[in-house]
This record gives sequence, C-alpha cells and structure tokens, in this order.
Amino acid sequence: MSADPVTSGITRDEVAHLARLARLAVTDAELDVFATQLDVILGAVARVGEVAADDIPPTSHAVPLRNVFRPDERHPGLDQEQALAGAPAAEDGRFRVPRILGEE
Amino acid sequence: MTTPTLVGYDEVLEHFDPVLGLEVHVELSTNTKMFCGCPTEFGAEPNTQVCPTCLGLPGSLPVVNRSAVESAIRIGLALNCSIAPWCRFARKNYFYPDMPKNFQTSQYDEPIAVNGYLDVELDDGSTVRVEIERAHMEEDTGKSLHVGGAAGRIHGAEYSLLDYNRAGVPLIEIVTKMIPGTRERAPEVARAYVTALRDLLRALGVSDVRMDQGSMRCDVNLSLSPRDSGVLGTRTETKNVNSLRSVERAVRYEMTRQAGVLLAGEAVVQETRHFEEASGTTRPGRRKETAEDYRYFPEPDLVPIAPPVEWVEELRGTLPELPWERRRRISAEWSLTDEELRDLVNAGALDLIEATVAAGAPAGEARSWWVAYLTQQANSRGVTLDALPVTPEQVARVIALVASGELNNKLARQVVDGVLAGEGSPDEVVTGRGLAIVSDDGALVAAVDEALAAQPDIAEKIRSGKVAAAGAIVGAVMKATSGKADAKRVRELVLQRCAPVRG
Amino acid sequence: MSELIRLTAAELAEKIHSREVSAVEVAQAHLDRIAAVDGTVHAFLHVASEAALVSAALVDDGLAAGVAPASPLAGVPLALKDVFTTIDMPTTAGSKILSGWRPPYDATLTTRLRAAGVTILGKTNMDEFAMGSSTEYSAYGPTRNPWATARIPGGSGGGSAAALAAFEAPLAVGTDTGGSVRQPAAMTGTVGVKPTYGGVSRYGLIACASSLDQGGPCARTVGDAALLHEVIAGYDPLDSTSIDEPVPAVVAAARLGASGDLSGVRVGVIRELGGEGYQAGVRSSFDAAVVQLQKLGAEIVEVSCPHFEYGLAAYYLILPSEVSSNLARFDAMRYGLRVGTGASAEEVMAATREAGFGPEVKRRIILGTYALSSGYYDAYYGQAQKVRTLIARDFAAAFTHADVLVSPTAPTTAFPIGDKVDDPLAMYLNDLATIPTNLAGTAALSVPSGLADDGLPVGLQVMAPALGEAVMYRVAAAYEAARDAEDGGPLIHRVPEVPA
Repeated sequence: MSADPVTSGITRDEVAHLARLARLAVTDAELDVFATQLDVILGAVARVGEVAADDIPPTSHAVPLRNVFRPDERHPGLDQEQALAGAPAAEDGRFRVPRILGEE
Repeated sequence: MTTPTLVGYDEVLEHFDPVLGLEVHVELSTNTKMFCGCPTEFGAEPNTQVCPTCLGLPGSLPVVNRSAVESAIRIGLALNCSIAPWCRFARKNYFYPDMPKNFQTSQYDEPIAVNGYLDVELDDGSTVRVEIERAHMEEDTGKSLHVGGAAGRIHGAEYSLLDYNRAGVPLIEIVTKMIPGTRERAPEVARAYVTALRDLLRALGVSDVRMDQGSMRCDVNLSLSPRDSGVLGTRTETKNVNSLRSVERAVRYEMTRQAGVLLAGEAVVQETRHFEEASGTTRPGRRKETAEDYRYFPEPDLVPIAPPVEWVEELRGTLPELPWERRRRISAEWSLTDEELRDLVNAGALDLIEATVAAGAPAGEARSWWVAYLTQQANSRGVTLDALPVTPEQVARVIALVASGELNNKLARQVVDGVLAGEGSPDEVVTGRGLAIVSDDGALVAAVDEALAAQPDIAEKIRSGKVAAAGAIVGAVMKATSGKADAKRVRELVLQRCAPVRG
Repeated sequence: MSELIRLTAAELAEKIHSREVSAVEVAQAHLDRIAAVDGTVHAFLHVASEAALVSAALVDDGLAAGVAPASPLAGVPLALKDVFTTIDMPTTAGSKILSGWRPPYDATLTTRLRAAGVTILGKTNMDEFAMGSSTEYSAYGPTRNPWATARIPGGSGGGSAAALAAFEAPLAVGTDTGGSVRQPAAMTGTVGVKPTYGGVSRYGLIACASSLDQGGPCARTVGDAALLHEVIAGYDPLDSTSIDEPVPAVVAAARLGASGDLSGVRVGVIRELGGEGYQAGVRSSFDAAVVQLQKLGAEIVEVSCPHFEYGLAAYYLILPSEVSSNLARFDAMRYGLRVGTGASAEEVMAATREAGFGPEVKRRIILGTYALSSGYYDAYYGQAQKVRTLIARDFAAAFTHADVLVSPTAPTTAFPIGDKVDDPLAMYLNDLATIPTNLAGTAALSVPSGLADDGLPVGLQVMAPALGEAVMYRVAAAYEAARDAEDGGPLIHRVPEVPA
C-alpha cells in the first residue's frame, strides 16, 4: 500500500487547531498568512508520496548503533540553586507555575 | 450531573458481564534514573536530584540505564512474555508542567515484552490466568503541589509548585489484555491480580512496590457487556487507586455505577475517572474536548535496543523461584494439602518454616514448632511470628537437641522460653539453666531404686508383670530429677530393675 | 588593522606556542577587530572580552612555565554559534524565548574547546533555533555578508561564517542540520564542514532536528578546519548517538592533499546536483572546479542519485516533526521568557510561545504537529523516513563508484537581505544540494571555488561516506592549494573592507 499523496490543502481552521495543540496563541493575522504559506509548503512536501516505497523500511537513525547503555551509577548533577537559576518564579525550592487547568 | 443510581450487585450480574483491564506502573528501584545518573531516593529536598537531562534543559540528551533494561527483561520473563528481539523508545507528546520536555520518552508500538500471562490464585483456591498484553519502559514525571485550593487538589488552586526529583525515574508499565468471564468475581480477580503481581515484583527485587508510596500504581479499566452477548461496552479508566482494597472497591463501584447508567437507558461516557478513597466511589475527571493525540514517533536521541539472546538467557537464570513455583514445590515436598499450605501462607509462617528446614530440621518438626508452640508464644506477646526473638536456625538447633536425646519436648520448650527471654542461644540456655537431660545411667539407677523403695507395692506389681504400673515410678523419677531425665530411658531402667532376678 | 587577524589558525598557533606572540595579544587583536566592525557585520550576539583574555592569559602562563600546549590550537581565538550551551555566557539559539538565558552546564563541545585552550571570543548570530538559510530569522537582527553588507551571509550559521570572513576570528564552530554550516561557508568564501552524524557530540547542542543536527568546524582554510575538527570530534558517553570510533585523521589528510596530487581518487559528479537551474555563475564555477580536480589527477565519474530530488520534501517533513517535539519544552515554566501573569499555566505557555518564537519557527512547529498527527503520520512523516532510506541507498551505491562526490554547495550566490524572507519555499530551495547528506548521516564540506560573475563567493561541496572524512579533506585541500596558486593567494583576503 503506497501512501497516497494528500491532495487537499490545509484549511485555516486546521491551522488554528494545530496551533492550539502546539500551545501557540497565534493571532488572526498570523493564521491568515500561515494558512496560505503552509498550504503551499504542504503541496511541495507531499511529493514524498510519489515515491514507491511500499517495502522500504523507514530510517529513524542515520547511525547504525544498537544497545547504547550507561551503567546504573551516579553522575553529578545540579544543585537546587542551579536548577532554579533560570526559573521565572520559584518558591520553597520548587518551580512556581500559574494554576494548571488540565488534569494530571 | 445527576446522582448515579446504584444498582444492586446481583442485579448488575443478571444483566451484564464485566470486562476488566488493569494497567500497573512500577517504579524501579535502580540506583539512578532511566536516562541520567541522578539518584532515585525517596524524600530528598525538592529539585536536588536533577540534572540537565531530567530537567529537560535545552541541549540535554538521554542515555539508557542498563540496569533498568535488565529489570524490564526480567519482569517480562517472569510474566512469561516474549522479549522483543528489537525495540525502540518513542516520544509521547503532550504539554503538562510536571513533564520537563513536554513529551514523555516511552515505548509505543515496539515494547520490550509482549504476550505473557500471570496465573492468579483466588481465595477459594481456584486459579485465573490473566493474560498480559505488554510490558514497556518509560520515565516518571515530576511532582506537583497545588496551592490554594481545597485539600491540595488541583481544582480551585491558585498556583502550583513543581519538584522534578521524580522526573526521569524508571517506570515499567504492565498492561493486561481484556479480562472477560470473571462475572461476580471481577473485583476479587482484580485485587488478586494486583496482589500477585506485587508479590512477583517483590520476589524479583526490582521495585519496592509500595502502593502507599506510589512505587506501584494501578489504573482500573472496566466496561460492561450485555449478558452473554459478547458485545463490548464502553470502557472507563479509573485512576488514583492507591491500595489493593481500593482496586477491589473501584471495580465494584464502577460495575454498579455503569449498570445504573445503562439500565436507565443512557450511555456510559468513555472517560478517565478518579477513585475517592473516603467514599469508595469514582468521580469523573475533567472532560476533554477531543481524545488526546500523542503524535508518537521514534525517539531520535536514543538508538534501538536489540537484546542478544545470550543476555536474555543470562537474565532468565537470575530469576528467583517465583512465588507460585515455590508454593507448588513446598506443597509437594511437605505433602501439604492446598488448605494446609494456605493456612501457612496466611499465618506468615512459610518463610520461617523453610528457613528452619534449610537449617537442617525435618519439615514436619519445623512446621509443628512454628504452627503450635511458637504461634502460641507470639499470640500471647501480641506480635507476629517473624517478630519473635528466636531465629529459624535456633529452632532447628532445639529440634536437633531433642532428636539426639539431649532434650525432651518439655525441656525443649523451656529452652525456647529461655531464648525468647534473651538468655542466649539454645546451647547457652541449656547450660545456663542446667536443662540437659540426665543421661548418666548411674545417677538414674540410683533415682529409680529410690523411687522403687518408696513405693514397694507398685514395685511388686511391676515385678509380677503389670508393666503399666511402671508409669508411676517414671513419674516419681522425673519429679525427683526436676524433669531432666529421658523418660524413655527411665522406664527401661525401671523395668530392668524390676526384672526377676535370675538366680 | 593588526596583521595578526589576517593569519590562519595554524600560523597563530605556531607563533603563540613558540612565544613569538602572546595569546593575550592575539585575543586582544581580535576583540579590537570585533569592536571595529561588528557594529556593521553583527556576527556576534555576545562578546566575552574578559573571559577570553583570562583564558588566553592562562595559555600564556602555561607556556611560560614550560608546559606543553593543551592542543595544537591552544591560545587560538574562536567564535561559537549561540546554539551551544556555555556556563559563563548567555545562550539564546537566536531566539527571544531564551533571551539572556545562562545555562547551568557547558556543552561537551564547549568543554573540549576549553580543555584545548582555545579562546572563546563569544557567541555568534544564527537563524532562530537553527531554522533558516539566511540568518534573517534571528530574533536579534540579521548578520551581514562582509563581501556585500546588503546581502545575507547564509544561514542558519551566518554569524560564524561572517565572523571568519570579516577576520573577527580565525576559527568558528557551527551546526549543520540541512546545510547550515556549508551554505554560509559557500556564501562567504570560507570553509565549513558537516562531520559524519554522530562524529561530534550533541550534548549541550540546543536541538533543532535531533536526527540531522551535527556540530562542525568553520575556518578560512581547509587545514585550519581539520585542526579544529580533531579538537571537537570524538565519542561522548553523554550522547547516545555518538560514534565510538577514532576520529578520522583529517589533519594528516589535509596535509597530504596540500601536496596537490589526487591520482587514484575517484570523484563522482552527481547528475541530479549538477547545477541545472542554478545561477549561471555558480554553474560555471562548479564546472571549472571539476576540470581542476581532473588536472590534479582525479578520475571523474558520473553518478546518479535518483531520489535526491525528493530530499527537500522529505527534509521539510522530518525536520518540522522533530522540531515540534524538541521545542515543546519552551513553555515558560522552568526557564526562559514568561509572558502573562494571573492567567493559567496553559494560557501563559501559549502567550509566551507566541511572543517568544518567530514566524519561521511557528510555521515549522505547526507543520510538524500536522505531519505527526494520527491519520497523517503514514503519508507524511512515515513516508519521508522511507525516502530517507532511499537517499541513503543512493549514496551507498554512488560511493561504490567514487571515493568522494561533488556538487555546487548552493544554487545561488548570496542574495539581498529581505529577498526571500517572506517566501518560505524559495528560502528552502537554498538547501537542496546540502540536505541529502544530513538525511543520510554522511559527511560533507564546502570549500571556496572562486567568485561568480557578480563578484560573490561560490562554494564547492565535497561529500564522503560516513567516517570517510579523510578523503574529503584531502580532495578539498588539494583543490584549495590549486585555487590559491591560480588566484595568487586565498581569495578571502580580497574581501572588501567592512564599511563602518
């Protein structure tokens, strides 16, 4: 089964949905521009579908390594001060973040 | 939201067949985290067990902990799974502040272990085979403290505080296949499975498996299928199940709740629910707009794992005797009935008896001591058997002393009392209290003659062949020697002394 | 202008180690140069004057005490692309979202440079998160090409390349994901190398596309690049994709190449990257380069890599997908920019990322989110990874017929700032010759191949199999020596004086 090149473009609504998924509060103006640009880009990249690659294995790693491990041994890390050094807000040794709406 | 109509349990089963699924997350007790060399100890000061990798700092990279992979393989083998000849890590992408990278490095469609089973014994002795879908490796998240809301809950909180000490700790997720056909025993089966899994993991030594500390977490999946239809119902997932008892209660509650919904003509909502310990009920989690799309793809910063067959077999050799294998062996070796074995397990005596046998005592004697006298002692002191201040080796010694004739049973109990009182080892108590059996025949003969002289009519009876009368003389000798005589030998001597003198 | 800044790294090292000149003097000369011209060039985002002088002084002290130099490059100054973490300098990756961020740890590459006694002058400008081909997407303003300051220096590592071409540093380090070291080298008449994937540690390299990124040496000469290559390359246990093999002997190979004899070397010209449709001046420069290689004794063969034409499409699916995941961590919770108070964590995340990321980054995040979505994964990301396999096979087949492959590095010379910044697809076309190497994980470099008819530099790309850098450096060094002889000296010295 070869992957069908996707012929339908990407809509403004889809771009808005993707932006939400990616936690990007894009403006309406941006949405207009991006939707057009991404539609063009998608049209160009969709040509990967033209390649007959049914029985071709995908490459996820350019380097043919396997079984790279480290021993279960301690390695010095950061102290609390270093860890919190760049924090926008901290309290009692912890990172302070605004109230979380979603569930764990 | 309307208050759910609770249906009687029997009524539930008249209409529906429950289908169970259990997901258990196990925190491994490795020295260091899954992908970095940070310590994994419980209870450290916040953000003191972190590094660029587990904090997900820009530029950081993961490196797989070999020991975690070994544990994963051993768990897979112990669950009778096939170990994948080749597997990979994948990124599970979603945003949440307790995940430093906003993706979790996990395994998706290429887990390390698949298709196993666990035979679970229920209270009545029957066995259920729970099939295991997969076991895979992943990393734990950090911990959040919600401030300002009710009882530290996330709802109504003003802000949250994040501690990433736990982020990156190795987790193994074990997922069962759907478990149908349990009928009214579904809650019991769920509990028994989690219990058996816990015992197994403990025997493997891979985790502390403390549900109360979060090193073992259970999510309960349940759906109701119309009775005998084979048509699957809509499933809910219940989280926050923090004890074995909660597993059972959560299953039971969901069964009755879902039955109530369905019998009222409504549909069960596919959702994640939370178990509420206090009430034994579940409440819905926050409704999501759409099902989460995690956009899984192979983790590019890690290379595949292809465990060589030799390594897997080497690890198979390190598996301890698994709990049910051990029980089977003990049953056979000690010729126990299932009920007898269960009694021993419940009394917590199995390990102690085994250790006593390992120290050289015969199984029957060992069992007898622990189940009778020592249990009595434990009860009167209000402690468990393993809290008694006597070791299996010491009990074995006492048994050996009785076998060699140096002690009789009554003396043996006194020796044990001495050990329990802290007077020392059995041998030290024997010497200290002077409890050794008088085995010197000379002294015994003298005592026998004295007793015979004191009771001439009894002596006459014995001489005339009424051997049973010897008992009274034996009793007198035992009393005279403060019990420190081998009764059997005394009786022999009595009969000898009363034997007709041949002219 | 001090003549010290005109010297190569090798020449500077020789003078410093023989104590003819001090490392401090060399550092100061370059710092003065930066102060004089960087207002125009804008190669640097951060100049670490004090730290550089301290580091240089330490090298001088060691030499004075009779201690052997820590490396062949001890005391030589270097400009570091602002994508590598440095504990004593800000690291921004060219983005507002990391404005002023001080990492609590050094990249392995940074550690190696320090251990080698190299003087890190500062951090250079780049397209935001290494996404771009012109450095115009930097949140801190563009870098200008010293050859023509109204033009781009290439990207994403335009800062490093411009620093070399403006003689602000004799050495630089960049990262190459789809050509970000090689293409700026071509645009600025300098040398830029993308080592074999896994050859240089990525620990501390702020990730763009994890399976494509690779740090590499940049210099004005092939020999200098080789010296730097041997300092920064090598196995790192902190990087699971790091190759545990000896670093290829590139310094020796460059020296061998400088002798000018390429007999026995087979050079493959890739039909699909032969320059058809490229700028005329680029095409003719390439053709002349091939003739030159033949004169040096190389055997020229034609090879075909039929799937290379799909490289751009595959790349612009794989890269955004990995980017969308790699950049998720920038969420205002633990470090970096935070925008919005009193709102929820979710709102703060979205507002911060909106304010902190530029348009190209946003485009790629959205594109990547799409390509990985369930329902689209197979057709896009999945299919692109298969094309990747085919491209790797094309290379493998080609390398059975040739020891190295050649092509023009980029289809055009440096274009004016602003020309393509609103046309993403046009911008992407800059990378079509360089991308296949990143997809296959093999090695490649760009070496100057003269000036085009517009007076702007052109680069020759030389490609080698994985871990085959030695022959690549040899060919490049031979070609460079022949070019220098023909031009009467390295063309880089003809770069116009930077206007104030």
